[in-house]
Amino acid sequence: MQLTIKYLGMLAETTRCSEEAHQATEKTVSELLESLYRKYPALREKDFQVAQNHRLVSTETELDSGELALLPPFAGG
Amino acid sequence: MQGPVPAEFIGNAIAKHQSKTGIGAHSIFLGQVRADEINGQKISSIEYTAYEEMANREFHKIREEAFSKFEMTCMHIYHSLGEVKAGELCLFVFVSSPRRKEAFKAVEFIVEAIKKDVPVFGKEIYENQSHQWKVNS
Repeated sequence: MQLTIKYLGMLAETTRCSEEAHQATEKTVSELLESLYRKYPALREKDFQVAQNHRLVSTETELDSGELALLPPFAGG
Repeated sequence: MQGPVPAEFIGNAIAKHQSKTGIGAHSIFLGQVRADEINGQKISSIEYTAYEEMANREFHKIREEAFSKFEMTCMHIYHSLGEVKAGELCLFVFVSSPRRKEAFKAVEFIVEAIKKDVPVFGKEIYENQSHQWKVNS
């Protein structure tokens, strides 16, 4: 399944990339995160939430095609 | 909006409501970038970015929820993107209602919801050009 993964705010500094394509063999958000932790070990220490197609999801959520975004703590206002 | 919220923009927004004569109270919240000092370094600006598709969706949800909870004639939210210097405005929330108590309550609800639910990120840039990332308390 083809995914676009976006890294927002400080996480783009952690991964040195703001967006990448990913051919997912993983089934859930948590499995995908494990793959990302192997690729970017520093990500494991970071505080973030995950949005799938612009909605926040839990780590047990099944992956869906489209866009997955890793969102660090919000700082609006 | 790109960059700071200009004071004239706020004045004009107020003026545009003179024709809505059912309004008895406006309540306005303005967020301003504070020059916090950390380890002897002062913040000179904040560079705002957003996960825009989700941010727009969340702004829409906040708007719907505010209208269902409070008696409001209208409401407007403007948040800055890009660089906003210390002392400049980064958030403008404008609620209009027939009565003041509803306007006060609505503006507080909206500002708190923006801080909690909208994916906006702030890079705090110090006078020596180093930076750290803002986290809402």
